[in-house]
Amino acid sequence: MSRILLRGGRLLDPASGLDERGDLLLEEGVVKAVGAGIPASGAQVIEAAGCWVAPGFVDLHCHLREPGQEYKEDIASGGRAAVAGGFTSIACMANTHPVNDDPAMTDYILDRARQDSPARVLPIAAATRGLEGKVMTEMAALVAAGAVAFSDDGKTIMDGGVMRRVLQYSRLVEVPVIVHCEDRTLVGDGVVNEGPVSTRLGLPGNPAVAEEVQIARDLLLAEATGAYLHVAHVSTAGGVSMIRRARERGISVTAEVTPHHLTLTDAVALSFDTNSKVAPPLRGDADRKACREGLADGTLDAIATDHAPHAVHEKDLEYTQAPHGMIGFETALAVVLELVREGELTPLELVRRLSTNPARILKRNAGSLAVGSPGDITVLDPERRWTYDPAKGFSKSRNSPWAGKSLVGRVLLTFVAGKLVFDVERGVVAP
Amino acid sequence: MAQETPPSIGRAAARGASAVSAGRVLLDDTAIARALTRIAHEILERNEDVSQLYLVAIPNGGVPLARRLAANLRQIAEVDVPVGVLDTTLYRDDLKMTGERPLLRRTEMPSAVDERVVVLVDDVVKTGRTIRAAMDALMDFGRPRMVQVVGLVDRGHRELPIKLDYVGKNVPTSPRETVSLRGRDGDLEGLLEVTLLPADARGDA
Amino acid sequence: MIGRDLLGIEDLERSDIERILHTAVHMREVGEREVKKVPTLRGRTIVNLFFESSTRTRASFEIAGKRLSADVVNFSPSSSSMKKAESILDTARTLDAMDPDAVIVRHEVSGVPKSIADVLDAPVINAGDGAHEHPTQALLDLFTVQQEKGRIDGLTVTIVGDILHSRVARSNIYGFLKMGAEVRVAAPPPMIPPAIEELGVKAYTSLREALDGADVVMALRIQNERLAGSYFPSVREYAATFGLDRSKLHYAKEDAIVMHPGPVNRGVELSHDLADHRPSVILDQVRNGVAIRMAVLYLFAGRKREHGQSRRTS
Repeated sequence: MSRILLRGGRLLDPASGLDERGDLLLEEGVVKAVGAGIPASGAQVIEAAGCWVAPGFVDLHCHLREPGQEYKEDIASGGRAAVAGGFTSIACMANTHPVNDDPAMTDYILDRARQDSPARVLPIAAATRGLEGKVMTEMAALVAAGAVAFSDDGKTIMDGGVMRRVLQYSRLVEVPVIVHCEDRTLVGDGVVNEGPVSTRLGLPGNPAVAEEVQIARDLLLAEATGAYLHVAHVSTAGGVSMIRRARERGISVTAEVTPHHLTLTDAVALSFDTNSKVAPPLRGDADRKACREGLADGTLDAIATDHAPHAVHEKDLEYTQAPHGMIGFETALAVVLELVREGELTPLELVRRLSTNPARILKRNAGSLAVGSPGDITVLDPERRWTYDPAKGFSKSRNSPWAGKSLVGRVLLTFVAGKLVFDVERGVVAP
Repeated sequence: MAQETPPSIGRAAARGASAVSAGRVLLDDTAIARALTRIAHEILERNEDVSQLYLVAIPNGGVPLARRLAANLRQIAEVDVPVGVLDTTLYRDDLKMTGERPLLRRTEMPSAVDERVVVLVDDVVKTGRTIRAAMDALMDFGRPRMVQVVGLVDRGHRELPIKLDYVGKNVPTSPRETVSLRGRDGDLEGLLEVTLLPADARGDA
Repeated sequence: MIGRDLLGIEDLERSDIERILHTAVHMREVGEREVKKVPTLRGRTIVNLFFESSTRTRASFEIAGKRLSADVVNFSPSSSSMKKAESILDTARTLDAMDPDAVIVRHEVSGVPKSIADVLDAPVINAGDGAHEHPTQALLDLFTVQQEKGRIDGLTVTIVGDILHSRVARSNIYGFLKMGAEVRVAAPPPMIPPAIEELGVKAYTSLREALDGADVVMALRIQNERLAGSYFPSVREYAATFGLDRSKLHYAKEDAIVMHPGPVNRGVELSHDLADHRPSVILDQVRNGVAIRMAVLYLFAGRKREHGQSRRTS
């Protein structure tokens, strides 16, 4: 169906500030009309009363595990899980096997995505070869092949000298360098946030200062080089306040925070549930509060899932052996709606952080309902109650701390390029 | 612990007190004392060599009874019979594996058991299983020459072939009733009484 | 008795601890007989599942089980073969199918006994997991103090050593606090765990202040191999600042006792003299260890979950 009319929903367009009940017409893959009382004229009509109609969410940070670890996830299953969560564009990290540090690999990923992923896939290429933190990658060639940003996420560039050169060189291609800030020598063998919980559990602690030290370093290097820095998954109060001060000083930096760092604390680890094990770790209450405040006041620009699938047998190990990460595409919306329910963000501001801002950071034509925008739309019911069962989800993996929990807020329909790709009643319907 | 003959007023008071607590008094302290005096004589009659006697009490009720018996034997025959305490909990055949485990009680065996005539002392004997457990426990301490059993109250309903050598009183009961030795004032160091309670969840020996 | 498993002191009420100590008194009496055996757990199977090697604790549990007439089976998968072969939970499930009456688990990573308990029907007893808990050690320490001092309420207990990496410290902190003692910890600063005072203890970096007025001094083992050079500069400096000898013991009360979970690094945590003579009660601790473990087996073994009601099915 090339003409679809979404009728009577709450239109939320952060790009224009629109927050009103109305209609949205999709035709030939783009937004044809937005506003009240659009005539149907032969379009397929979908009633959206009681729902929010928002530009499709853009995820700055996820792991699709292909190539190399397809047993955990692949581009097809990741793309399906993404649209089930309302994400129409997803940026995938380079820590695959082999690493995406070569244009041929970037090509491969885009090719697979074109064939099998209902969501748009934006490859993030490695900043250094093999993620070894020594030699920078061929950024120009990678951008030409389709890379949208550079990151050694999964690892950290420990050498300050290398980091500086990477940031300098990135100015050639004018795309963000995304940093996973964790000083490995301070992390040590820490697996839980260092604090009262690590003390109780008798597990090695990963101190907040391990993240803060690197955020400080990278902010100063960004200032010195004029590069475009984006800080991934901020988790510490110290990190948030340093980014705030850096912005005030005019340093070009953006930052993201995950749904889990906004809503969970290290107390979740008290049950030794390895689904609580993530990098950076879940922190204390003060850090969580600071992240929420940072998201509300704009210090943290975007919400990114850091969707990190791991197989059941991998997570079913001792806490120190289990790999870090949790899946997040399908629970992100329900989890972050808590901030709207608590009055910390308006619906429009939430959508801005899920869609418009991430699109802007990656310089994508997305995150807007303006006429002519790509027909990437998410229709959601913020009140819908459901129980999350990862076994019934679209990801190949199940490692979520919300497994079995009752959630409120669900994506009902997702459109990419004007076509319906996800319907909560029928599942993923294309490709 | 010396035996005491309570004044007659005490007996009336005892009856009054038991009317407040549940159950009927089968034996008050005076009746118990008399029975123990008789049993002491019987023990001496049956055992020529009193120097080999060893009273072994099964807690909790057997303990004050054994002590009184020892005092009686000292008074009558001027012989000091050692008194041991042997908890049978760890030898029971009915430790339900799923429920909570019963509390353990004291075991104190001041004398060796070998070649002795051990006289087990228990307050109420019913199925005979406690006596069986006590004998198993006793065998782990040594090899007595002979084992005899004192039961202050024999209420029948044996499930094992256990006989009592010395009985204070035979009391016919229905199996679901409860018969127990208690301190009249709450502790076993003072005046004692044996009471009968109607059908109850608690079992006894 | 709360729960089916003994995973840690943190989960126990004071009344549970008292129950275990009370039972241990009677079990110790069994250990003083000539025939040190009672038939209570005859026909029952106890499995020692020790992923981390240990001669003392395992032997102590084995003797305890055998004194209760149980059949004790030792299963010691070495950690390296674990990674290649069966996972821990697969091993545990296989064992469970053989219907044991208790599984005793020791592992170098915190939380493993709990994960095993989640999939087993049989009761799980934690014999030490990572730096998390070692409940039977704390129970025997509490028992030893109770026997020596007649009480635990109101005593001052000072624990000295690598608190950060010590499960013995954590379990004892919970145990002694629940039984009414005041607890102090003393260590070089890098070995004081973050926020330890939130557990209810006072932390000291001065041994002298920590010992002032102490009734019980518990020295913990230092792992030289792992830590010298990173958490403290050298064994020599550790012994000089935190090692206990008779002269440093003068800071404590005159009748203070000295404890150690063993094995002792002579000349490091304790001087040679203190390791072997009063007021150290180390051998009593070992003896009491068997009584405590007999009490624990008596109270926990055989109380299985109803079949099929495992909290986790996969």
